[in-house]
Amino acid sequence: MFETIAYSILNGVLYGTLLFMMSSGLTLIFGMMGVLNFAHASFYMLGAYFAYTLGLATGFWVALFLAPILVGAAGALVERYGLRRVHQYGHVPELLFTFGLAYVIEELVALFWGTVPVPYKAPASLDFTAFSLMGLDYSMFKVFILLVAIVMFVGLWLLLKKTRAGLVIQGALSRPDMVGALGHNVPMVFTFVFAFGCALAGLGGVVGGIQFVTDPGMAFMMGPIVFVVVVLGGLGSVPGALVASLIIGILQTFFLSINFSLAGAIGSLGIEDSGFFGVLWHMETTRIAAVLPYLLLVLTLIFRPRGLFGKREA
Amino acid sequence: MATNTAAGGASNLLRFWPWVVIPLLALILPQIFDSRHGITLLSHMGIAIIFALSYNMLLGNTGLLSFGHAVYYGLGAYVAMHVLRMVNDAGGEGLPLELIPVVGAAAGLFFGVIFGSFSVRRAGVVFAMITLGLGALVHSSSLMFSDFFGGEAGLFGNRVAAPSLFGVDYGSNTNTYYLVVAWALIAAIFIYLLRKTPLGWMANAVRDNPERAQFVGYNPTIVRFIQFALAAMFAGLAGGLFVITDEIVNDESVGQIQSGIVLLGTYIGGIGYFIGPMVGAALVTVLESSLSSYTEAWVLYFGLLFISIVMFAPMGLVGIVHTQYLTWKAGGWKGNTGIRLYMLLAGLVGIFGAICVIELSYHYFRSWDPSAPFGLMGFTVNATTALPWLVSFGIAIIGFGLMLFHGKPMLARRISATSEGGNA
Amino acid sequence: MTKRNALELKAVKKNFGRAEIIRGVNLDVHEHERHVIIGPNGAGKSTLFNLISGRLKVSDGSIKLFDKNIHNMPAHKVNRMGLSRSFQVTNLFQNMTVMQNLRCSLLWSEGHKYAFWKSVMKQDRVTEHALALAEELNLSSQADTPASLLTYAEQRALEVGCTVASGAEVILLDEPTAGMSRTEANDAIQLIQRMTGKNTLVVVEHDLSVVFELADRISVLVYGEIIATGTPDEIRNNAAVQEAYLGTEVH
Ligand SMILES: Nc1ncnc2c1ncn2[C@@H]1O[C@H](COP(=O)(O)OP(=O)(O)O)[C@@H](O)[C@H]1O
Ligand SMILES: [Mg+2]
Repeated sequence: MFETIAYSILNGVLYGTLLFMMSSGLTLIFGMMGVLNFAHASFYMLGAYFAYTLGLATGFWVALFLAPILVGAAGALVERYGLRRVHQYGHVPELLFTFGLAYVIEELVALFWGTVPVPYKAPASLDFTAFSLMGLDYSMFKVFILLVAIVMFVGLWLLLKKTRAGLVIQGALSRPDMVGALGHNVPMVFTFVFAFGCALAGLGGVVGGIQFVTDPGMAFMMGPIVFVVVVLGGLGSVPGALVASLIIGILQTFFLSINFSLAGAIGSLGIEDSGFFGVLWHMETTRIAAVLPYLLLVLTLIFRPRGLFGKREA
Repeated sequence: MATNTAAGGASNLLRFWPWVVIPLLALILPQIFDSRHGITLLSHMGIAIIFALSYNMLLGNTGLLSFGHAVYYGLGAYVAMHVLRMVNDAGGEGLPLELIPVVGAAAGLFFGVIFGSFSVRRAGVVFAMITLGLGALVHSSSLMFSDFFGGEAGLFGNRVAAPSLFGVDYGSNTNTYYLVVAWALIAAIFIYLLRKTPLGWMANAVRDNPERAQFVGYNPTIVRFIQFALAAMFAGLAGGLFVITDEIVNDESVGQIQSGIVLLGTYIGGIGYFIGPMVGAALVTVLESSLSSYTEAWVLYFGLLFISIVMFAPMGLVGIVHTQYLTWKAGGWKGNTGIRLYMLLAGLVGIFGAICVIELSYHYFRSWDPSAPFGLMGFTVNATTALPWLVSFGIAIIGFGLMLFHGKPMLARRISATSEGGNA
Repeated sequence: MTKRNALELKAVKKNFGRAEIIRGVNLDVHEHERHVIIGPNGAGKSTLFNLISGRLKVSDGSIKLFDKNIHNMPAHKVNRMGLSRSFQVTNLFQNMTVMQNLRCSLLWSEGHKYAFWKSVMKQDRVTEHALALAEELNLSSQADTPASLLTYAEQRALEVGCTVASGAEVILLDEPTAGMSRTEANDAIQLIQRMTGKNTLVVVEHDLSVVFELADRISVLVYGEIIATGTPDEIRNNAAVQEAYLGTEVH
């Protein structure tokens, strides 16, 4: 049991940090602009694909920096020429716009890179075993992911707390109606924040694409989970996103690794694996792991719509 | 109803003719498209129309954006399927086929009441996210509880092995189609009439200003809840009909894609108009089934169409037509009809060019041999040479360019010239 | 003669975060009286209305409407118990026409509730009532105009009409004449007096000439506290009021 717990914490933290990379940008964008960006995971996907293609030419390390910048630029274009126009109609059309955008980006990715996964792999310089724990090898790349996430969190924290731009963003996170009053060029600030948030997702993609698979389905796979993180953490709260990412990462990994079912633990007691309660009785935690995030999403929204750390209700 | 939006009570155009024209079309179309495929497509259209109308009870009338409406469609379908199978197993004794959709509706209502009770407390983003989560939960569960949902394969039934109220032979696809039409008409009438009731009015009120609604005595949560439950009921009805036409139901019917499609169709048609969702649903059904066998790019076309509507025509396709109609009726086309037609033509040329570009891209990037001869709009081209690309891009740029940078300013000038002339 | 109290506020407090905006208000409003609340901007008058009408929850204290506790009830329940209000910032169904706004305001009180089996337009009592209201508001000729296209003064009039429509016993009006010209304000006040003849009326008003003409009694709210309540004469001669409020307003 101890091993299982240690294992799930380690892998859960790893998965959680990836979730955080994806969701921190989303929570910033929502907190400031009130836009729940449905296409956020699509920018994560773009990060992976851009890094893959760039990496073929420039190598991984250059791509690590260039890809997020490109994704940020794509985000800026989307904000400037798409969202800004829709903004006047209200939040629901904004949500719809990003919903449609997610479809279009997925199709474009499939168009250019094909529907099968691309062979996006860790660079040789990181592709060795860093340490072994209880018979399991941990590659240097996983350590690297952790490092990137830490740098990102600290960087975000410094940006928000210590810079002028950060103060504006912070102010806007708590009182979005006040940004204009501060005399800032609100549309510019919006474009910047959106681009920045997308770039963060892109960075997540650069490393996430290696850790998982890089295929056109990766956005739809991660999209809802990113929402769960942001809602659970509290919309607009960066520390909330971190905590929620870790919670979900660890819980999901734990459920996947323990392989527990009531029937397995207590015995089937003659209950057949059929009928509603029968199926629940025999349900393995590995299968629950898949629905766990959604369960959390619904429960959070019903019982605590402002999430763990949120100041405002969604 | 005039409260619904700019659709306005003033315009009789959108009020009465749909009730004549659409049923007429529904009767004439199967004479024209009388292939097996054609009839099936028409049946699916009818079902999609009911589903979209039910969806618009939420989005258009109550302002509730749902990402999980297929839950009620799908669960309605599953329950209806179980009843159909019971009838099958009983050797064709029991509930007549015509009433199987009622079972679907009852199931939709049942689950609408249960899930609605905690979904509708808030509107806006919270509601949208709850429906997203519920949709994913129900979809995942459908793969776990395979007794009820039939696992990946789904469940099959046999509509012929069921009694008919009127002695109709539903072995015939056409007869089944007319059953769909009958139910679609009934559903459309009820959904239309609902908008005129106190509940329908207050749904609009709650959409526009929930706070004010409270101060005239209404609880917005309850208004939303009843609308939600009724919408779920009609979604279940559509699901029940699907069981009859396709005789199979699987996890896709409760899935997120199904939920997404009804949202796209409804919005593309126009959520501010009663016939908007009908037009959108019909269009999407046609696109999905005919375009998908014709081009790989249909999802892309679909997404681009949706985004363009959201950005440039939030009142949907019906909204575009209606706005032009109102302008025309107010004499706004006088002296500039030519320019309007010119803009339309240029826009169509632009779209044509864009389609060529997209089709070329798909051939170039996705086919095994990009240099193989490729039939594009009646021409055989080689996608690895520059010419087809240049021509396609050229057509697209010229078309859109003329529309936006020649026609549009010209129209604006002409309109301002006319109105000044009127003042002088 | 002892009068029944329509409204009774006891030690009502409200804070937003750490800021205490309403700091223990006690207020009795007698049945059928016209009670005007005055006070400088930011004193908490609108907040007080929000507390009474159920738009905000009180932090402490109690509010009674005809001897029944209503604090922390949701707004629609307070409304159904016979209290109706207007807003300082116009708050109508902007997409709906004048008649539609009036009909919506009547539906609940005419007992139609959440009915989904009858047509609104076929409810003759609602129609008659709404037409009569439109007539009284001088909006008959605009009956089918969307609220958003009315002039400001007309919107305010419609807002009063919608507030009164449900036949609530107690009417709260938050600055019904704010932003109006002299003549418009006079018309508005006359309209209010005409339409609320039988009701208990609580009004927030700035224009002192209007206040002294309209009020049976006046309460002065300063910095979240009621510093005086009394007849217009008592208030005019109250030293604390003169110092805190009237004095600054006169010059
Ligand atoms: N929702 C709120 N959150 C925080 N402060 C508020 C809120 N509503 C009102 N206030 C504050 O309460 C004070 C009183 O406001 P208000 O009741 O509108 O005053 P009045 O109507 O007397 O002019 C103001 O300082 C205002 O800033
Ligand atoms: Mg005020």
